[in-house]
Amino acid sequence: MSNSLSEAIDKRQQSWRSGLLGSQTFWVFIAVITASLALSMATDSFATSKNLYNITRNVTFVAIIALGMTMVIITGGIDLSVGSVLCLSSMVLAVTMHAGYSIEVGILSAVATALIVGAVNGALIAYVGLPPFVVTLGMLSIARSLAMVASGNTVVFEFGPDHAKLLDLGGGAWLFGIANPVVFMIILALITGFVLRNTQFGRYLFAIGGNEHAATTTGVPVRVIKVAVYMISALSAGIAGIIQTGWLGAVTTNIGAGMELQVIAAAVIGGANLAGGGGTALGAIIGAMLIEVIRNSLGLLGINAFWQGAFIGGAILFAVLFDRLANFRRSD
Amino acid sequence: MGLAAGGEGWLRLAVLELRHISKHFGAIEAVKDVSFSLEAGEVIGLMGDNGAGKSTLVKMIAGNFRPSSGTMLMDGAEVVLHRPLEARRHGIEIVHQDLALCNNLTAAANVFLGRELKMGVGPFKILDYKAMYRRAAEIFTELKSETRPRDLVKRMSGGQRQAVAIARTRLSDAKIVLMDEPTAAISVRQVAEVLNLIRRLRDQGITVVLISHRMPDLFAVADRVIVMRRGTKVADRKIADSSAEEVTGLITGAIETV
Repeated sequence: MSNSLSEAIDKRQQSWRSGLLGSQTFWVFIAVITASLALSMATDSFATSKNLYNITRNVTFVAIIALGMTMVIITGGIDLSVGSVLCLSSMVLAVTMHAGYSIEVGILSAVATALIVGAVNGALIAYVGLPPFVVTLGMLSIARSLAMVASGNTVVFEFGPDHAKLLDLGGGAWLFGIANPVVFMIILALITGFVLRNTQFGRYLFAIGGNEHAATTTGVPVRVIKVAVYMISALSAGIAGIIQTGWLGAVTTNIGAGMELQVIAAAVIGGANLAGGGGTALGAIIGAMLIEVIRNSLGLLGINAFWQGAFIGGAILFAVLFDRLANFRRSD
Repeated sequence: MGLAAGGEGWLRLAVLELRHISKHFGAIEAVKDVSFSLEAGEVIGLMGDNGAGKSTLVKMIAGNFRPSSGTMLMDGAEVVLHRPLEARRHGIEIVHQDLALCNNLTAAANVFLGRELKMGVGPFKILDYKAMYRRAAEIFTELKSETRPRDLVKRMSGGQRQAVAIARTRLSDAKIVLMDEPTAAISVRQVAEVLNLIRRLRDQGITVVLISHRMPDLFAVADRVIVMRRGTKVADRKIADSSAEEVTGLITGAIETV
C-alpha cells in the first residue's frame, strides 16, 4: 500500500529525457552552441576573449528585461513599455546624480520611478480591466516623453560627485574578471528562476496564465499579483537602465528605443508562451543569447547589417513553429 | 425539527437544513418557500428544468447569494453565509461545472491551488512540493482514482479532471460537496469513474448534492431526489420509491406534485 503510494507520487508522464528533448529552451541552447562552434572555426575573430566579453555583456541588458517580461508573459500579459521605462529610469538616475546627489539617491530614484510606472500599468490592467497591450503601448509613449521632459532632451554624461562609482558599477568587473552586467544578470536569473519554481507567487503567475477564472475561483489574489508582475517587469527595465548607464557613461533620450521587441523576442525564443501559462528564466537568458549570437555573427561574417532583422525575425518564427510542432506531436 | 429520519429507524441530526427559504430578485421569485434537510453520507439529486431555481438554491447554500427569507441550519445551529469563503469554512465545498482547473499545472498544483503547502520561516516561505505530492497522492488513492499528482491536467481525461476537482474538497474537512453537472461533458466510461468518485465521498460520510440533467446517473448513485419546478420544491422522494418516468413528469409538470 505505502509502496504503491510512493510509486504513484514518483510516477511521471514523461522521463526527464523526453522532457528535455521536447523542450524549446534545450534546442535553442543547442542552436547557440552550434552557431558559436561554427563561428569559431569560420572566423578568427569570434572566439577571441574580447569578442566573447562583448557578446556576454551585450546580452545582459536584453536578458535582464527578458526575465521580467517572461513573468508578465507567463500571466498571459505583455509589457511594451520596457524600452521607454529603461530610458526614463536611466534619465532619472542621470539627472539626479548630475544635480549633485550621491549614487545611492540616484539609484533609489531610478528604481522608485520604475516601480511607480509599473504600478500604474498594473493598476490599469488589473483593476480597470484595460488590455495590457493598450496600457503598456500608452506607457511606451508617456515614459519616453517624460524622459525628454526630465532632461530637456539633452545628453547627460556628467554624473556629479559619484561619477566614477557609476561607471565602475556598469563597466567594471569586480568578480573574477567577469563583466559586472553579466554578474547582475546571473544573480537576477537565479532569483527569477527560484521565484517561478519555488514560491507561491510564482505558482500564481502560472495559474493566472493557465486559467484566470480558475485562479480567481480558488482564491488566488489575481489583481494584486498582476500589479506586482508589471512592477517587476518595470523594475527589471529600471535595473537594466542603471547598469547600462554605468556601462555607456552617457544617457540619451533614445536609448532603449525598440528594445521591447528584442526583449519579447528573447522571451518567446526562450519558450515563453504568449498565450500565457509557460516560460522559464533560463529560457529568457538563452533566447537573449541566441539573438546576440546572430547579431554578432552577421557582423563578423561581413554580412550587411540590414539582414539582422530578417535573421532575428526568422529565429522567432522558427521557435514558435517548433513549439507548435512539438504540441502537435504530443496531442496526436 | 433538526432531526431527519435515517435508515432502520434511527434519527440522525441533519447536516444541513433549509427552512422556508425564498429568494427574489426584484419582482422575480427565483426560489419560493423551499424546505428540506440533508443527512450525512447521503447523495441527493437536485433536478429541475432550466430556470426551475436549482442553481439559485445551490448558490445560496454555497454562500454566493443570501436568502431573502428563511433560515439555514448546520448541525442544528443557524448559519448565515455572506460569502463563498464562509460556506467553505462551514464545510460546504462546490465543484463547479467548468471544474476551475489550470491545464498548464500538475494535478497536485491544481488540488492545492490557493491553499499551497509551504515551508520555511517568517515571510521566507517556499512551496513544499514533497508534502503536496504526498497529500495529493493520498487523496487520489482514497478516491480510488488513477490520477497521478505529477501529471499535467492538460493531458488528463475528463474523469481524471473531475477527480482533481473533487480532491480539492478533500483538503478541508468538507461535510457537504455540491457538484454542478459533473457528468455533462464526458464520455460514458468516464461517467462511471465520476459516479464512483461520488460513492467514495459518500462512504466517508460526506453529503453530496448532485445537480444533473442525466437521469441514469441520478438513479445509479443518488439516495434521494429533490425536484424543483418554477421556484418551488415539487417532490422530495427516495430513489427506491420513484422512477425515471415519475421524475421526468415532475420536472416537466406532467405530474403536479407527489
